[in-house]
Amino acid sequence: MKRLDRHKSLADYRQQMDQCVKCGVCRAHCPVFGEEGREAVVARGKVALAHALLNGDIEPDPQLSESFSQCLQCGKCVRRCPTQVPVDDIVLAARREIVSRRGLSLFGRSLTSLLRRPRLMHFLASSARRAARLLFRRIPQKSGLRLRFPAPFIDRQRSLPALAKKTFRQRHPEFIAGQPDRPIIALFTGCMVNYLYPEIGEGALKALAAIGFNVIIPKNQGCCGLPALSAGDGASASELAARNLRAFSEQQPDQIVTLCASCHSGLTHHFRDLGPDYAALAERVVDINDLLVSQGFEEILQQLPQPAQKPKVAVHTPCHLRNSGLDEPPKQLLAALPTIELIKMKKANACCGLGGTFSVHHYQTSRQLGAVKANAVKESGADLVATACPGCIMQLQDSLDQAELPQRACHVLELVGEALAKEP
Amino acid sequence: MIATRIIRIIEDIVGAQHVSTADTDRLCYSYDATQRQHRPDAVVWPSNAKEVSLLLKMANAEGIPVYPRGAGSGFTGGSLPIHGGLALVMTRLDAILRIDEANLIAEVEPGVVTRQLQKAVEALGLFYPPDPASLKFSTLGGNVAECAGGPRCVKYGVTKDYVLGLEVVTPQGDIIRTGGETMKGVVGYDLTKLLVGSEGTLGVITKIILKLIPLPAAKKTMLVLFDSIDGAAQAVAAIIGGKIIPTTLEFMDGTTIDCVRRGTDLELPEAARAVLIIEVDGDVDLIEKQAATILQLVEPLGVVNTWVAANSEESESIWQVRRSVSPSLRKVNPDKFNEDICVPRSRLPEMIRTIEAISHRLQIPIVNFGHAGDGNIHVNIMVDKAEPGQEQKAEQAIEEIFTATLKLGGTMSGEHGVGVTKAPYIPMELDPAAVAYMKAIKKALDPNNILNPGKIFLQD
Repeated sequence: MKRLDRHKSLADYRQQMDQCVKCGVCRAHCPVFGEEGREAVVARGKVALAHALLNGDIEPDPQLSESFSQCLQCGKCVRRCPTQVPVDDIVLAARREIVSRRGLSLFGRSLTSLLRRPRLMHFLASSARRAARLLFRRIPQKSGLRLRFPAPFIDRQRSLPALAKKTFRQRHPEFIAGQPDRPIIALFTGCMVNYLYPEIGEGALKALAAIGFNVIIPKNQGCCGLPALSAGDGASASELAARNLRAFSEQQPDQIVTLCASCHSGLTHHFRDLGPDYAALAERVVDINDLLVSQGFEEILQQLPQPAQKPKVAVHTPCHLRNSGLDEPPKQLLAALPTIELIKMKKANACCGLGGTFSVHHYQTSRQLGAVKANAVKESGADLVATACPGCIMQLQDSLDQAELPQRACHVLELVGEALAKEP
Repeated sequence: MIATRIIRIIEDIVGAQHVSTADTDRLCYSYDATQRQHRPDAVVWPSNAKEVSLLLKMANAEGIPVYPRGAGSGFTGGSLPIHGGLALVMTRLDAILRIDEANLIAEVEPGVVTRQLQKAVEALGLFYPPDPASLKFSTLGGNVAECAGGPRCVKYGVTKDYVLGLEVVTPQGDIIRTGGETMKGVVGYDLTKLLVGSEGTLGVITKIILKLIPLPAAKKTMLVLFDSIDGAAQAVAAIIGGKIIPTTLEFMDGTTIDCVRRGTDLELPEAARAVLIIEVDGDVDLIEKQAATILQLVEPLGVVNTWVAANSEESESIWQVRRSVSPSLRKVNPDKFNEDICVPRSRLPEMIRTIEAISHRLQIPIVNFGHAGDGNIHVNIMVDKAEPGQEQKAEQAIEEIFTATLKLGGTMSGEHGVGVTKAPYIPMELDPAAVAYMKAIKKALDPNNILNPGKIFLQD
């Protein structure tokens, strides 16, 4: 069997680590540092630690794992860094380095600590409420959701209600014909849409049908690999990447569309490092909002009928879209949608606090960041907060629930889908 | 290594979760923006003056060096634990204790980030002017200890001009108050002025009383391009000589312009060899008049082009040019030696010419920008340390630049302090009797030399 293509090693980032001049700008921007206040958490501290790890000046002990686990992967430090040190990627490489030397147990430590922490269990219970049974029975071993909701925990929470009976991919055929002269697009469903939020996928299919696109939903696609990367599990991430490369190369789609900001990042940013085949595939990956805007979808939306009552909708920008320069498309779609009233919200660009596996390791900090966000939603006067990432939706909804607020978090495509469904 | 017995004592003082001997923490409190590294034996995060006092008493009894620090963003190593011991991190003391609108003062703890205080007072129509480039992350305690400056200091003065009083833990652990809340006060020595800029060698600041002023109603930003560095330098002298003190008078030389040319909203033609960014603030009528006078004064000095910002957005585009400088310098060479000399304002043209001559003679790129309005220039000697001989060349350049600065009546540091990086050059600027006077103060207050030892003066 062909050796799996690997992500960059920590040593590959040596030159970029050298670019960190320890100026301290990241102290003003790291959300986790804002809560924790310790230098081992902030970007320049992590770069110093990564450098020491690489040079053998520090042991990969639990404290070092702890420091590297304290990262949301929001990329704010990278955007604000005067020398653009890719701290988010360096953190992931450091996690892989530690895991390769010490085994997954260091980052998987959360499983035991989880069971000992009732508030954390409560969070997972509320987040996973709709998903639990399905997760337990049907989610593949390699799905990122396993990392987000560790199995032993779910095991003890069997009484939770079940999710939709059929996953999104089970509901639909592998090929959905559009207009013959229109492009063929492959849909990357992502784990969360497939298992937890199929309504987002339904919205996307309605939108793609409206522009006449032919849609392929490859059956053997898998998780984008981002949660595995987040857990430092480079081997699983490589395996998942290889699987998706096969799944999306077979039918030669014109483009591959993602519905989740994190999946988009997993299939673009994190694919490019893996080799030319992966980089070529990454070139064809497009976020659904971006795709629809580029296809003049705003005009279609503008022609939809106006209801008498419009919910007020605020937008949350997912970090993973922001880092790809895709802040605008979700807002453009919402602005064109006649069924809602788009309103401004403070802290619209602040990270929701989920951060992949971060919320499992550091639930308290995650909660605090989520509370800030929930308060911003409340202050804005919105009925709904729309975004373009199911991960953010899960965290936003949990934050709203924890704050006992009535607002609901949803995907832009859900609103688009609802508007299209009302069309006569 | 620090004895477990000592760690137990520290734990009793601050609580076990607020002291660490973990390698991760020792490493992460080993550096500042000089990029030099010295690991402390332990990191301590006290929460009040009482704890600091107990820690310093213990440190005296046990002979353990203590290195106070804020955000660790200094440029001269003021917070580096060069002899190990304790890194004393002051960021848990981060409360804005009060903003007194009747007396225009604020009382803060040292861990408050400068910008946070500014936002809080600006919401009340008040103003705390000192604006070091690090203001979004550096702490007021660090600003006071280093006497931080910034672009606005041309008009408004530096940190020391705003500190009315302090609460300080002395090196031997006594808690004292200096100065007070009044605008005047002459009882006893002015210890406040002594402590401001003492780089954490004479006491640990635990409270600061700051003077505030009313927030100016409006501001106007201009960017003027000159065909020669000399023209820009003369323009600075002309503006100040014309009895106008702008809020900021920032300057960038030709090499700096070349570095930032791409990546700014404004077009910077090749013919432009120097830039001045000039901002005036105050009542609307006044700033319109001042702006017109300034443009008139600089007109005959080789102006290539002028932008006057019509709104805050255009003003932002102008400031973006200035802010993009620091990160873009690496295009010249990978390593930089960053000095912040200050000369009397009228000598600025001469100083710039001298630096250019040194750069030319030693064949080493030197990029100059900074706060021209108060004669404070950031001199960046750009080298590639990987190339043999370059570092020595840079050191020679630094020495020659300092010599020239002092000859013109200037000082080798306007705002960064001495710390460890400038300590070797102290004898060039201060005569032996002055150094002895300073050392006598240090010795009297810190007989065991436990507080930030090894800073400012070279070790005997």
